[in-house]
Amino acid sequence: MSETDTAWLTPGDEAGIAEAITAAHASGKPVLVCGNASKSGLLRPVQAAATLSTRALSGITLYSPQELIISARAGTKLADVAAAVAGKGQYIIAEPPDFSALLGSGAEPTLGGVVAANLSGPRRVAWGAMRDHVMGVRAVSGMGETIHSGGRVLKNVTGLDICKLLTGSYGTLAVITEVTLKVLPAPERRATLVLTGLDPMRGVAALSAALGSPYAVSAAAHLPAEQAARVPVLAWFGGAVTLARIEDFAPSVTYRTERLRADLAAFGLAEMLDNGASEAAWTAVRDAAPLVDSPGAVWRVSVRPSAGPAVTRAVEQAFGARWYMDWGGGLVWIAGPASEAAHDAVAAAARQSGGTWTLVRAPEAMRAAVAVIPPEPAALARISARVKAAFDPKGILNPGRMFAGL
Amino acid sequence: MIAQPEPKKDVLARRDAIVAGLRALLPPDGVIAEPLRLKPYETDGLSAYRQVPLVVVLPETTEQVAAVMAFCHREGVRVVPRGAGTSLSGGALPMADAVVLGLMRMNRILDIDYADRCAVVQAGVTNIGITQAVQERGFFYAPDPSSQLACMIGGNVNMNSGGAHCLRYGVTANNLLGLRVVTVEGEVLDIGGAHMDAAGYDWLGLLTGSEGQLAVVTEVTVRILRGPEGARAMLAAFRSNEIAGACVDSIIASGIIPVALEFMDRPAIHACEAFAHAGYPLDAEAMLIIEVEGSPAEQDDLLGRIKDICNRYDPISLKVSQSAEESAAIWKGRKGAFGAVGRISPDYLCMDGTIPTSRLPEVLGRIGAMSAEYGLQVANIFHAGDGNLHPLIMFDANDPESFRKAEHFGADILRLCVEVGGCLTGEHGVGVEKRDLMGVQFTEIELDQQRRIKSAFDPGWLLNPSKVFPLKAPPALTQAA
Repeated sequence: MSETDTAWLTPGDEAGIAEAITAAHASGKPVLVCGNASKSGLLRPVQAAATLSTRALSGITLYSPQELIISARAGTKLADVAAAVAGKGQYIIAEPPDFSALLGSGAEPTLGGVVAANLSGPRRVAWGAMRDHVMGVRAVSGMGETIHSGGRVLKNVTGLDICKLLTGSYGTLAVITEVTLKVLPAPERRATLVLTGLDPMRGVAALSAALGSPYAVSAAAHLPAEQAARVPVLAWFGGAVTLARIEDFAPSVTYRTERLRADLAAFGLAEMLDNGASEAAWTAVRDAAPLVDSPGAVWRVSVRPSAGPAVTRAVEQAFGARWYMDWGGGLVWIAGPASEAAHDAVAAAARQSGGTWTLVRAPEAMRAAVAVIPPEPAALARISARVKAAFDPKGILNPGRMFAGL
Repeated sequence: MIAQPEPKKDVLARRDAIVAGLRALLPPDGVIAEPLRLKPYETDGLSAYRQVPLVVVLPETTEQVAAVMAFCHREGVRVVPRGAGTSLSGGALPMADAVVLGLMRMNRILDIDYADRCAVVQAGVTNIGITQAVQERGFFYAPDPSSQLACMIGGNVNMNSGGAHCLRYGVTANNLLGLRVVTVEGEVLDIGGAHMDAAGYDWLGLLTGSEGQLAVVTEVTVRILRGPEGARAMLAAFRSNEIAGACVDSIIASGIIPVALEFMDRPAIHACEAFAHAGYPLDAEAMLIIEVEGSPAEQDDLLGRIKDICNRYDPISLKVSQSAEESAAIWKGRKGAFGAVGRISPDYLCMDGTIPTSRLPEVLGRIGAMSAEYGLQVANIFHAGDGNLHPLIMFDANDPESFRKAEHFGADILRLCVEVGGCLTGEHGVGVEKRDLMGVQFTEIELDQQRRIKSAFDPGWLLNPSKVFPLKAPPALTQAA
């Protein structure tokens, strides 16, 4: 059974979430936990009799721009949070992606969903992941107990950091009901330097030089010609593009792009995309737009940035993969056939470089059959099982979402 | 004084055998058991608490740490991990029946990778040691706790240490990529690595700041960052805490995130000026030190914008540094703050709550009232950008009544921090010091949830027990078949 044909529970408050989980805990019947189900195609499918959604749990509960803090209920649409902070000239730091097109869900992501999946966009390479900016959460454990961790201040080391543990746990430990995020002032100007025609090795070398410069590069990606052609603002460069973004006060952006352009001269003469065009390019990189129309499976591989080109070579050779790199080479987006052979090739390439993989998109049967993320070594898997039990002793929350049998 | 549990009598009785067992696992000088040589390990940065440990071990490799952990697990012996012993919350306070596991001999930098902007270092490398190793190429390791000359990265990871530049660069957790840890059973685990996002549960995030409760950290992969072209500071002094607080709000609201934004109240200004002669204005009620980064022209632009904002708040004095020397002079007093307070009063408690920055004037007012009530002086230093408040409570350690009052005063301040929406500790950790206040911030259900996580990693509660969580029998962990 999948989420489309089960009963949906959509409590309107945290007490309702707790009540639903308490009942599930008592009966021992698993629930599929989601927000707006925009990412239900990610990772493993869940077998559950009922779906518990946080989508009715919505609304901003606190916004203090001068304290760089916003709190909202988990079901609040990410776009609504983004719009609220944009209204005060601020932004969500990790630039979280919207995979509704990639995954074909057509549903709008919620704040809780993005946090539960710890999804970060291009800015991650310089400013940290979604989890780095989750200052507080409220959540209901698999026993129906309501807990909070962290709070509404930017610096807090009181007790174990359950915020980070729940961020990226895909609703398998507790159902997040409210999130407090750190936000930052939006820059006055954004600009992207574009180098053209570089091969993957040279492209990543240029990005490494940019990220290692004193000019606070906030995003760094390399798209081969085939993928650049699928992004309107990049297509007209007519080849592979290597992108480095600088965002800050306008005079700083002018100064730093000039300096960086000079520093990167050995890689060619960089052109520049300003504000709107820069934004469009990075939204495409963020949301995997170049791979949306690719049939079959899509993976994300996370490796040390200099190993990105080796991963792209390996998957090209294995199955003629389409790919591009974000995070200075540290995040390789890959599209290829939805086959176990292709999956094994991706996993092997990630392992070879000491990194990890995530199967982002694939038919349900494949997602149920393969390790969608790397299995943990035995000693760690034992700890995982005990931590899962510490939150959800009956295994009712999103069973099998991340690992088979957990 | 905060209560310590009764030592396990059977462990004390087996001391000789335990020492002999440990000697078999480590190099000859890696086990310290002589009473006189154990004495230096009896306390950490919270020196009011002292306890000579059962024995101290100083392993040199992860394998030796694993052997020690496996042995202690088998023998049912408690273990207290220790870095440089600079914890201000008693995080490394020994126990009479526990092995102190000192990581200070694991002090090698294993790899520096400029292309991927990371370094692999052993747990006993000092915080400043990382920056020193990479600064020739213009890189640095960002978190900079005040104890950075001495404190070690393993301790920084366990306490999720902060520093004065967190507003721009984040705390320790935001600057890590991977860990090598040893579990309580003695198994070696690699968490994360040189890559940015590890799939699966965020063990890196959970272990960071876990105060030695979950595993022993032996190696750390840190992010290293290219430093800015330069940095410059300015000083702004105001007629009241309210005005200085409003000025901070306006700076942030203008879209500027200074790399440092430090606030000092009147007693702190006076203490620092008397000590460091930094030229601080003695007629001010509150003072800000604001630092920005970039090229000289960028610094001019940002300092100009900040100066315009400060001028709207009728400052008593505004001093924009024109050089590295002038910046150093502005920082001189602030950096010497602990020494300065130490000059007024030989003993002080350094508290560490966090508050929503908008509540600062009210909180300082109430701390002032408490100071009068307890008859103890207090100076406040505040990381104004991130809300982390450091009241320094002065007392006389030779007078038990004075110490008792100082502890109560400190606890009252922390309760106040929680009451206004903040927390008990921003960067020093709970340790022993704040253990019994955890109930102020967390419900019993929440504490039990945290205790169950502890149990998942350390079922026998052998790792650094009797800290962080108020004393109570560990909750049972049940697991579905």
